Amino acid sequence: MKIIVNGEEKDVAATTVTGLLSELKIRSPEQVAIELNGDILDRNAYEQTAVKEGDQLEFIYFMGGGHDAY
Amino acid sequence: MTLTDTQIERYSRHIILEQIGLAGQERLLSSKALIVGAGGLGSPAALYLAAAGVGTIGIVDNDSVEISNLQRQIIHHTADIGRDKALSAAEKMRAINTDVQVRTYKQYLRADNIDNIIREYDFVIDGTDNFPSKFLINDACYFAGKPYSHAGILRFSGQTMTVLPGQSACLRCLFDGPPPPNAVPSCSQAGVLGVLAGVIGCLQAAEALKFALQQGELLTNALLTYDGLQGTFRKVPIRRNPHCRLCGESPSITTLEEVEQPVCDLKGKGSCCTT
Ligand SMILES: [Zn+2]
Repeated sequence: MKIIVNGEEKDVAATTVTGLLSELKIRSPEQVAIELNGDILDRNAYEQTAVKEGDQLEFIYFMGGGHDAY
Repeated sequence: MTLTDTQIERYSRHIILEQIGLAGQERLLSSKALIVGAGGLGSPAALYLAAAGVGTIGIVDNDSVEISNLQRQIIHHTADIGRDKALSAAEKMRAINTDVQVRTYKQYLRADNIDNIIREYDFVIDGTDNFPSKFLINDACYFAGKPYSHAGILRFSGQTMTVLPGQSACLRCLFDGPPPPNAVPSCSQAGVLGVLAGVIGCLQAAEALKFALQQGELLTNALLTYDGLQGTFRKVPIRRNPHCRLCGESPSITTLEEVEQPVCDLKGKGSCCTT
């Protein structure tokens, strides 16, 4: 399934946001905000939120200055 | 306000711009900007705002200059090591432009003092690097209705967003609060390419100038991210979040409160380094 993550096309198997986080090996999800098709997702809804073909996601890393998001 | 001949010459490259002119330069000279943190982001912002003739510039910093700051905090010189950052920064701004009235605040911003300070200014530049300060500034600007520029830098990347409180997405629309302390490494652990502070700090200064001039489109409802390694900018649209705890439909944050400090071992100070 093809989705767009941070402007780049990716072919993924995950069907939920939680699955996507692990498939894309996001190590510190608590420092990432996720936008799905323009809406910021509730952190507690990742498990239930489905990812579908063509979805556009933005993983937004919180940059304080001393923080290692990856 | 009438510009002197010297001022007309000093600001001639502004005045010649159709969007600025004499009236715009006068606007800048009567505008007031507050820069929180005389660090990596605050350094270029302070230098350029002073050069631009922003009439009143406040600079907040409680730290003193250390040698490890000099790689990116370009307002401070080697001879300033050990001096108060606020004073060091003020000295450089005054040296650039005596038209500018510089006010220094050698203190940390807290829930009980931030409101009094930001109310004196038209626009706030967040040049801090720690989560509690960033949320405190976001919240205080919301309650005071002050437009402000958020920014962060890390390694080879940076981001910035301008917030018009109540009108555009705020920091809490994106992140409901600081990440858990155990997820936050110490300030000194993650590096940053010094020039990133310049790129992003200058973008913040540009926002402050645009706001004062009432020209162009502010970077609101969008996060501008810069990937220094790839050499790419991306403008990610951000919508206001109806569930935002601060500016959403049923906010749970209704008064300004201290934002809990995450662990930061830099000198054991409550509020850590500025970027
Ligand atoms: Zn908000």
